[in-house]
Amino acid sequence: MSLGRVLGITLLAWPAAARAGEINLQTPVTALARVEYDLHTTLLAITGAIFLLVLAVMLYAILRHRKSLGHQAAHFHENTAVEIIWTLLPLLILLAMAWPATRAVLAQKSTRGEDLTIKVTGYQWKWRYDYVDDNIGFMSHLATPREAISGTAAKPANYLLEVDEPLVVPTGRKVRLLLTANDVIHSWWVPQLGVKQDAIPGFLRDAWFTIDKPGLYRGQCSELCGKDHGFMPIVVDARSPADYALWLAARKKAAAAAADDPARVWTLAELKSRGERVYSQNCVACHQATGKGIPGAFPALDGSPVATGDKAAHIAIVLNGSKRNTAMPAWGKQLSDTDIAAVITYERNAWGNHTGQVVQPAEIKAARGAGQGA
Amino acid sequence: MAMTDIAQAGHGHHGKPQGLARWLFATNHKDIGSLYLWFSFCMFLSGGVLALCIRAELFRPGLQFFQPELFNQFTTLHGLIMVFGAIMPAFTGMANWMLPLMIGAPDMAFARMNNWSFWLLPPAAALLMLSFIVPGGAAAAGWTLYAPLSTQMGMGMDMTIFAIHIMGLSSIMGSINIIVTILNLRAPGMSLMKMPMFAWASLITAFLIIAVMPVLAGVVTMVLTDRHFGTHFFNAAGGGDPILYQHIFWFFGHPEVYIMALPAFGIVSQVIPAFARKPLFGYASMVYATSSIGVLSFMVWAHHMFVTGMPAAAQLFFMYATMLIAVPTGVKVFNWIATMWEGSMSFETPMLFAVGFILLFTIGGLSGVTLSVAAVDVQLHGSYYVVAHFHYVLVAGALFSLFAAIYYWFPKMTGRLYSERLGKLHFWWSLLWFNVTFFPMHFLGLAGMPRRIPDYALQFTEFNQIASVGAFMFGLGQLIFLFNMLRSLRHGAPAPQLPWDGANTLEWRIPTPAPYHSFVEAPQLEVKENGVVVRLSGGRHEE
Repeated sequence: MSLGRVLGITLLAWPAAARAGEINLQTPVTALARVEYDLHTTLLAITGAIFLLVLAVMLYAILRHRKSLGHQAAHFHENTAVEIIWTLLPLLILLAMAWPATRAVLAQKSTRGEDLTIKVTGYQWKWRYDYVDDNIGFMSHLATPREAISGTAAKPANYLLEVDEPLVVPTGRKVRLLLTANDVIHSWWVPQLGVKQDAIPGFLRDAWFTIDKPGLYRGQCSELCGKDHGFMPIVVDARSPADYALWLAARKKAAAAAADDPARVWTLAELKSRGERVYSQNCVACHQATGKGIPGAFPALDGSPVATGDKAAHIAIVLNGSKRNTAMPAWGKQLSDTDIAAVITYERNAWGNHTGQVVQPAEIKAARGAGQGA
Repeated sequence: MAMTDIAQAGHGHHGKPQGLARWLFATNHKDIGSLYLWFSFCMFLSGGVLALCIRAELFRPGLQFFQPELFNQFTTLHGLIMVFGAIMPAFTGMANWMLPLMIGAPDMAFARMNNWSFWLLPPAAALLMLSFIVPGGAAAAGWTLYAPLSTQMGMGMDMTIFAIHIMGLSSIMGSINIIVTILNLRAPGMSLMKMPMFAWASLITAFLIIAVMPVLAGVVTMVLTDRHFGTHFFNAAGGGDPILYQHIFWFFGHPEVYIMALPAFGIVSQVIPAFARKPLFGYASMVYATSSIGVLSFMVWAHHMFVTGMPAAAQLFFMYATMLIAVPTGVKVFNWIATMWEGSMSFETPMLFAVGFILLFTIGGLSGVTLSVAAVDVQLHGSYYVVAHFHYVLVAGALFSLFAAIYYWFPKMTGRLYSERLGKLHFWWSLLWFNVTFFPMHFLGLAGMPRRIPDYALQFTEFNQIASVGAFMFGLGQLIFLFNMLRSLRHGAPAPQLPWDGANTLEWRIPTPAPYHSFVEAPQLEVKENGVVVRLSGGRHEE
């Protein structure tokens, strides 16, 4: 858009530029979101009326009671009756607003009687969803390619609001979320569901929603959580209970099939290609695609002593995190033995690192055991 | 050196000290006031440049100029610099300059401590600025520095924590000075319930600062020990609680909001009556409203935490308490309008900024009522709606009132008149582009755009572009102000003693420009409400 057009919109066609729905809360699809929407509309009407009243009185005074018109100043400077009225009247308006507001808060807080519980964990910078009753779980990453962000590729329609694995839920069922975080505070916000709840490391919080109709509902992390705070979206895929049951069965079967045989011995090429995927999902934000890191904040892996030296030290820092730099979390808690073996193998054989060494899942398993024993 | 000090003290005042020493060793409240004002203006420009970097990056979706890490440093330092470097010192500077003149005191009560309170600020500012070039860059956790994110950063965070300690020390000392000056150095006849609203607002603000700055210093120190000394105040794995940080921070943070708003109320309560040529309406209720806002400000902090998952009872308590603040705030707005009503108004630049303040502050106040309703806040918390809300309160509130104050007292401070034409241009320009910048942010927030993100989804593009254009134009307009000030300082027409025929407080009853040592002997006063001088006798000034 040219600067001229922006100026044009700014000065002349502001309301026209705003397509409906982009200047107000998003269309609600849950009872909670509807209550919030209506409450906001009521508040807007009341506060808008008060503002217009104040504006009207002030404008009248500005236009009429001015020196240039020869208006003489009155000398009154208090009036007890008027002052009592304009103290009590706002108080009454607030009392009237407090009633529906209280009911809405209590509704948001009533998380009991759920049909389904999902644990949501915030990570820097992705979400994990665990279906507590069905024993499945997965990570959900930003799906927009980095090239679209840096501008070397076109931006897709749902730019920054698309994920590789959406949270799939049934419609018409009360879903209770249990939220926590792994590192810093995140906040799970999907406007159309009317849910925003902080995910706090070390603590569990809950929230709930019952979605009316199938569809994709998008949101974002809304608590500053570091570098890629703007790049950890949320997508909720609401399906009819029958479709949801199908999805769940397929998902369970796939999870069983995908479970890696812990005893399997992998080749270097296999581990490298899997490791590259794990790296791009988990490590690239800090250590960068080039492996050069960000000097001063995140160390380079390309040519680093850890990634080219002793294998055990490399495994230890990936498994248990760094004591010196808290930005490096303990990946042992998030990734499987195979994924960790793959990413370490990748790091030891990517960029300028040519150790030719292979780290097998069994070694990670052994390292975990040693860590617990110590 | 020591000899001259003693000699000066022994023989009273011998004119102004000269050269650099005048500023470095300044003990005169007017000199220190000027230092504060120039310092805060420099900080305002620095913070403004950071804001423009933010708006430049947000002009288009995608990452154009800055990587997210640097972007987060900009948002963090923009907030810290504007709050602690620009707004707070500007009000302290205004109080330093005008309070002694308005209440008939010879100077601030502790002249040497006054020097120290100011000269702590430049090192603190230097720490903040230099933190951009240390390894890892400046603090990037937002101006709120929420733990445990703030325990992750590099040494820039430590420099920020140290800077906050120093600035806190500075504002506590400045506040002690204001309190003691107001309580002990008022001229005979200037009783508490008669003194100007600006003195009342400064007094209450000073108490708030003394109450909460130590709380902020404490909580950032806890972050510091979590970072380096193995404590776990905010680390759940060690038995700590990340939410504890937010409770302590906002126990400071909410009164801080009023620390930046109450002096503005005071200024507007001086300017409106002067240009309406009519006494302030409801002086006593203004005093009570300001005091009750001060008290209530300690009871509402957790409305910043409605989505942390507090129990329903706490949500409701903080919601009701927050809604209650609308009552005294409403009383103030109604009183200002009643002051204007049936007045004989003229609209010179100070009055324009004061009226603009009332209008825009009302919008910010009403969006605050909307945010106070916890159930609605669930949608708006952490979104651009909040960004819009607090810029209506802080830019159109604090900043506009400061412009009103500077234009209003410029003739008294400098003995010269500023250019009314440029002043009016500055006002209308600022009013227009302020709204172009910040009004669309309400829409962005409602439509679901989170704050503190360097890149956004495509449906937010148009309003972000409008806001960015507005921000650059608004920033440009502040150069009009700078030009007007610099030119008028040298070439402005000489000011008469009373440039505003409706101004009737004590500072307008002394020569213009204010003598270097005003009220070396206290005057005898007969005063009406809001510091209006009825009769004045005695009082001696020296150059």
